[in-house]
Amino acid sequence: MADRPDADREAGANKPTLRLHVPEPKFRPGDTVDFSHIKVSEPGAQPRPDEACDAKETAPLCHDLIRVLGDDNKAHGPWDPKLDPDTLRTMLGHFALVRAFDERMFRGQRQGKTSFYMKCTGEEATSVAAAMALASDDMVFPSYRQQGVLIVRGYDLVEMINQIYSNKGDKLKGRQLPIMYSSREHSFFSISGNLATQTPQAVGWAMASAMKGDSRIAATWVGEGSTAEGDFHSACTFATVYNAPVILNVINNQWAISSFSGFAGAERTTFAARALGYGLAGLRVDGNDALAVYAAQRWAANRARANAGPTLIEYFTYRAEGHSTSDDPTGYRSAQEREEWPLGDPVMRLKNHLIALGEWDEDRQAEMDREAAERVKAATKEAEKNGTLGHGMHQPFRTMFEDVFEELPWHLKEQAEQATRERLIKFHGGRPQ
Amino acid sequence: MSAEVKENQAIESGTERRLNMIEAINDALDIMLERDPDVIVMGEDVGYFGGVFRCTAGLQEKHGKTRVFDTPISECGIIGVAVGMGAYGLRPVPEIQFADYIYPGLDQLISEAARLRYRSATEYIAPMTVRSPFGGGIFGGQTHSQSPEAIFTHVSGLKTVIPSTPYDAKGLLISCIEDNDPVIFFEPKRIYNGPFSGYYDKPAEPWKRHPQSVVPEGYYKIPLGKARTVTEGDAMTVLTYGAMVHVVESVCREKGIEAEILDLRTLVPIDIEAIEASVERTGKCLIVHEATRTSGFGAELSALVTERCFYHLEAPVERVTGFDTPYPHSLEWAYFPGPVRIGEAIDKLLKD
Repeated sequence: MADRPDADREAGANKPTLRLHVPEPKFRPGDTVDFSHIKVSEPGAQPRPDEACDAKETAPLCHDLIRVLGDDNKAHGPWDPKLDPDTLRTMLGHFALVRAFDERMFRGQRQGKTSFYMKCTGEEATSVAAAMALASDDMVFPSYRQQGVLIVRGYDLVEMINQIYSNKGDKLKGRQLPIMYSSREHSFFSISGNLATQTPQAVGWAMASAMKGDSRIAATWVGEGSTAEGDFHSACTFATVYNAPVILNVINNQWAISSFSGFAGAERTTFAARALGYGLAGLRVDGNDALAVYAAQRWAANRARANAGPTLIEYFTYRAEGHSTSDDPTGYRSAQEREEWPLGDPVMRLKNHLIALGEWDEDRQAEMDREAAERVKAATKEAEKNGTLGHGMHQPFRTMFEDVFEELPWHLKEQAEQATRERLIKFHGGRPQ
Repeated sequence: MSAEVKENQAIESGTERRLNMIEAINDALDIMLERDPDVIVMGEDVGYFGGVFRCTAGLQEKHGKTRVFDTPISECGIIGVAVGMGAYGLRPVPEIQFADYIYPGLDQLISEAARLRYRSATEYIAPMTVRSPFGGGIFGGQTHSQSPEAIFTHVSGLKTVIPSTPYDAKGLLISCIEDNDPVIFFEPKRIYNGPFSGYYDKPAEPWKRHPQSVVPEGYYKIPLGKARTVTEGDAMTVLTYGAMVHVVESVCREKGIEAEILDLRTLVPIDIEAIEASVERTGKCLIVHEATRTSGFGAELSALVTERCFYHLEAPVERVTGFDTPYPHSLEWAYFPGPVRIGEAIDKLLKD
């Protein structure tokens, strides 16, 4: 070890010289990928503590990986949520719809129908299975890759596409970047786009629910990269201080655009282990194992409902596609990563489980996929009747100035008049129409 | 009936109860906690202890620990949870212990609270009133003296309110708490206990000799977006707010200048009608604030007056402000825009 005794206080005495560590991912474009360093725990081998346990009892689970589905496609161990086949088929149906939706919207962006889209391929279970484990009126504070929550809650696909197209059917009046949905009716908070801001908000909502003696809890989702934000630290602190009925879901999909999880601290510890320093319950879960995701979310929800405390859950998963339509992951990571990912694909794993149970087959899957694609196609056609981004003006001019405040103040009235005047000059040579 | 007349009537018909600004703020919070079960008060040291400036004294004992409580030292967290509470349906009134400490909460204020109504097309709102003591003159050094109001007036979706008397502090704060938009409520801490002449070396004046220390019991509101005419006069219009209202008033009195002093009270939305009417009549405009000069709110006021009253102006608009330096501890009275700086500007305007 380096040593610097008092006698050597003069400048330059420290040996060896100090070195700055800048994290580097294991694989870059073209590299052969070997994920053998990732410890994949035995399915069913993780203990399931009582939901009302002391937070510190979850400490071993913060460095383990809760898994239920094995390579034998069977469910194992105490975390098996024992869902009936109908529920599993419903889950599979949500998966099919999310995947079909992502495919179509990605293509729509490439066809110039909108400016932007974000797929959740590979991490569908972290929103679909988690949402299914919550009550439909539990409040969710999502990040930007939780379309699965809206699908589970039955949000109208046409409404979603209207928002993505910023068209005249968009109830957010074309104000938000595509996929930054909001649906109060579905207890789905307005997505920000600024990272991790939703985490203390979820805690605040949960605190309010507890103050009012309500029965609803809150859940939030944040990427592993964004856990570096101060907001996340604030969220954890407030959650633990007030024992808020909230679930903090960290989606560790390994990549924050081009920055691997090491830039959020993953080289040193797990994200679940963040819970320990705060005194939160913590679980580290195979995010591609839909049954494990469901079980963990349900465990945390029950805990919160019993006033037993908040939970931080790390879902260990992989972002199989680019960050967004604006991103090209071939520029910074090896294409082999997706194929070599040791936890497989969440949709395939659930499908194979149902087949192993004798409750499903490939033909029915093909039919389900086809129906999902048809449903999305029909919704797309319906939404396109309301227009697509950039093709015509979809919102009346005045809507730009509305809702900045509850009432329009004089300075915004003046600016609205200016905008109207500009429009007259542009389209009618200044003559009022 | 104008707001002005209403106010005067309230003062006259009131019970002659005289409060300082801290007591008036405490009274407003107490009334709103009583009237509206969705109002909650939180912040660093505001609970059991009652706040470092005592604005929340006694409120926890009276309204309970889940309505009035201490928070972790995390302004980001305080504002962030307030956004979530607002989404739930509460009306949080967070306190930021010093305006200088508000910066860790800026993202939650600027990108979240201020935009929520707009970005969700009214599905969610953030009806919070962020109270925070601001301004210098208390030997607070550079981290307990700043006047950051212009940062907030620059943000679309935020209202910024600054009272200058106990009567206004109570009525404005009640309006803010009932407002459905997020409001920054800056309390000029130099005048918590009494109006300030600008002469730091003279004995402090208590509020009880000031007419606006008469604070009626019970609920009343002062509308946001309305300035108060402090003194009427023809010599010039002075646009000011917060502690500087009293400094300007005392300088004008001392110099025998009959200026029309407008206490703006709300910076956004600003009372443009009152400003225009006064400047058009007097033809001269002095703007006074304690905050640093460059890109200060005075720049906005100067631009508004120049754009809208140019042909009525008999002289260039004058600005008196703090200097573009951090607030120095030992030299704070050299920084402070006191009687000398204000007096010079008045003389210059009168000469032009």
